[in-house]
Amino acid sequence: MSTPHFLLDGLPVPFEEGQTILEAARAAGRYIPHLCWHPEFAPHGSCKLCVVKAAGRYVSSCAMPARAGWEVESDTPALNTRRRTLLQMLFVEGNHFCPACEKSGDCQLQALAYDLEMTTPRFTHFFPDRPVDASHPDVLLDFNRCIYCELCVRASRETDGKAVFALSQRGIHKKLVVNAESGRLADTDFAATDHAAHICPVGVILHKRVGFRTPIGARTYDAAPIRVVAMRTEADDD
Amino acid sequence: MNADLETAPKRDGLRRVAIDPVSRVEGHGKVTLLVDDDGHIHEARLHIVEFRGFEAFIEGRPYWEVPVMVQRLCGICPVSHHLAAAKALDFVVGAVPVTATADKMRRLMHYGQILQSHALHFFHLSSPDLLFGFEAEVGRRNIIGVAEAHPDIARQGVALRRFGQQVIAATAGKRVHGTAAVPGGINRHLAPADRDALLAEAEAMVAWAREAVHLVRRLHEADPALYDRFGHFESPIMSIVRADGAMDLYDGALRMRAADGGIVRDAVPPQFYMDFITEAVKPWSYMKFPYVTDLGAERGWYKVGPLARVQNCDFIPTPLAEAERRAFRDYLGGALQHAPLAYHWARMIELLHAAEVIRDMLPDPDLTAGERMAGGARQPAGVGVIEAPRGTLIHHYAVGEDDLVGWCNLIVSTTHNNQAMNTAVREVARRYLDGKTLTEGLLNHIEVAIRAFDPCLSCATHALGKMPLRLELRDRAGAMLDRIARDA
Repeated sequence: MSTPHFLLDGLPVPFEEGQTILEAARAAGRYIPHLCWHPEFAPHGSCKLCVVKAAGRYVSSCAMPARAGWEVESDTPALNTRRRTLLQMLFVEGNHFCPACEKSGDCQLQALAYDLEMTTPRFTHFFPDRPVDASHPDVLLDFNRCIYCELCVRASRETDGKAVFALSQRGIHKKLVVNAESGRLADTDFAATDHAAHICPVGVILHKRVGFRTPIGARTYDAAPIRVVAMRTEADDD
Repeated sequence: MNADLETAPKRDGLRRVAIDPVSRVEGHGKVTLLVDDDGHIHEARLHIVEFRGFEAFIEGRPYWEVPVMVQRLCGICPVSHHLAAAKALDFVVGAVPVTATADKMRRLMHYGQILQSHALHFFHLSSPDLLFGFEAEVGRRNIIGVAEAHPDIARQGVALRRFGQQVIAATAGKRVHGTAAVPGGINRHLAPADRDALLAEAEAMVAWAREAVHLVRRLHEADPALYDRFGHFESPIMSIVRADGAMDLYDGALRMRAADGGIVRDAVPPQFYMDFITEAVKPWSYMKFPYVTDLGAERGWYKVGPLARVQNCDFIPTPLAEAERRAFRDYLGGALQHAPLAYHWARMIELLHAAEVIRDMLPDPDLTAGERMAGGARQPAGVGVIEAPRGTLIHHYAVGEDDLVGWCNLIVSTTHNNQAMNTAVREVARRYLDGKTLTEGLLNHIEVAIRAFDPCLSCATHALGKMPLRLELRDRAGAMLDRIARDA
């Protein structure tokens, strides 16, 4: 019996039973944009960047199992316009000031915005007030840049066995919090060697006193766009 | 006529004339004149109308972010802010001195900045006034007009600026807003390919810079009545100089000369700037008025920038620029030149010096290899001083044990020149405009005087929470409902 496959933007993608559309596409060397998905963790389905049109319906490709014979659209002007809108909403929801951010050039949010040709924030900035947490001796938390992907939450809970992070409140009031009575990172058992300390796709969890040590030209996305880099390795780990 | 011209004793019945905006300068400023029915000037003020508040952005941020963030103050000389911040934070991370590689990469970057900024200012912004005349047709007084009438001068000016930008790109990573200087050192070496490309052009840049000096010198010699007297006033001058008295635009200690040329303060360590300088506030300007504290506000204000630096140093440590400095000194028989238009001459001497420094530094092997970072015992605060294209630039940061900046203070070049620019405006108003029907050409005389100082007005209005504010809430009938006042 031949391997089942589906069509992604008109080209066949083989898959194994149980693989999601995104996983099968990656295995076949085909990139679908994503921010909250990570190969080490179960699908999260929150960022919606990976939404594709499968058999006429919009689905999160990170969470939807592949089906033989489906026609899946991903890299189309219509879907990329929607992705761009999602990015524009993420950019105005937090305080993303790329010009002074040490993660610039290494940031997945920025890299996706470049790749999807986002040239303006478009929506009115929220300018939320999110003080940084500098209490920990080795790691700084800059909540201004959080996109609520929960990768740190999942890594701390599932890999590190610590549950240092969580999302609190709902809707527009949602925020990343630290699991300590004081709310301070220094009052947890978090360590700079934790997996959670290396998984943030944006610039929230920062190793102190590193800053701009990597010169322009040597940063993750200086030489190649995210659609290329992401296929080489999951660039979430720095 | 009011002798001082800063504030008219009686404002009733006077007509207000505004030059708004002042053109061909960086940032937004305006000049207001109060004129009576006979055309006599009663008040002349340079106002800085924009407001930045940059210090508030920096406080509460991690210190290693600051050299990149703070340079967003300005798109003209971001390198100067980048380096002043890095130098200040070198103290915080205990990296004093930094490594030879870091020091030389930063110096090269800085002299690239001096070269591009001076070329931009002279050729693009000021040469139209000097080549065509202050009252020439307004549509012609721009770089396009220069390119049509003097194509070689325009081409060389554009090329000099481009070369300076390429030096910055090779050392900082980008032509504008690079990231190379980090607290404790530098994050890159100079690539040999970049070095070779720059070296191939360096000699031509020195030659063109020298021609630029001679061009300004010829203008002075052709019309000394204008160049020596326009907006003339005397004041002390201030800059940093190297320990041996040499011009050094990257590092040194503060020196001040009186208007007669005598050294009145010397070898003042930059970290003592807060005792040395006081910043006065006036209710009509967002820009403060610094003066040397123990001389007082009346006698202690000064000029900074090229005119100060070329005359404050004992010598320039590159031969061609030193020869031009001597010619500059001999022009008035050794007396200090105070005429604002002499800024252009001094600026071109510095342009030549920068071109020589860049050419001579490029082959240095420390640029392409060597240790980039240093470190040592942490300190709670640091002061960085540098001679930016427009004058002395001071950055001061206090950093907490949590690595966040708790407090910062910036004194930028243009702020030092505030009183000097206002004085020049008043001198020009008094001499050229008083009693006359004001025309565009006459008003341009005021702008010519301001442009000579090459002000960067956006940098100069950075301080949030330090200027006096009066906020009045009134109803539609004009009755006051509430009033909040904050003094400086």
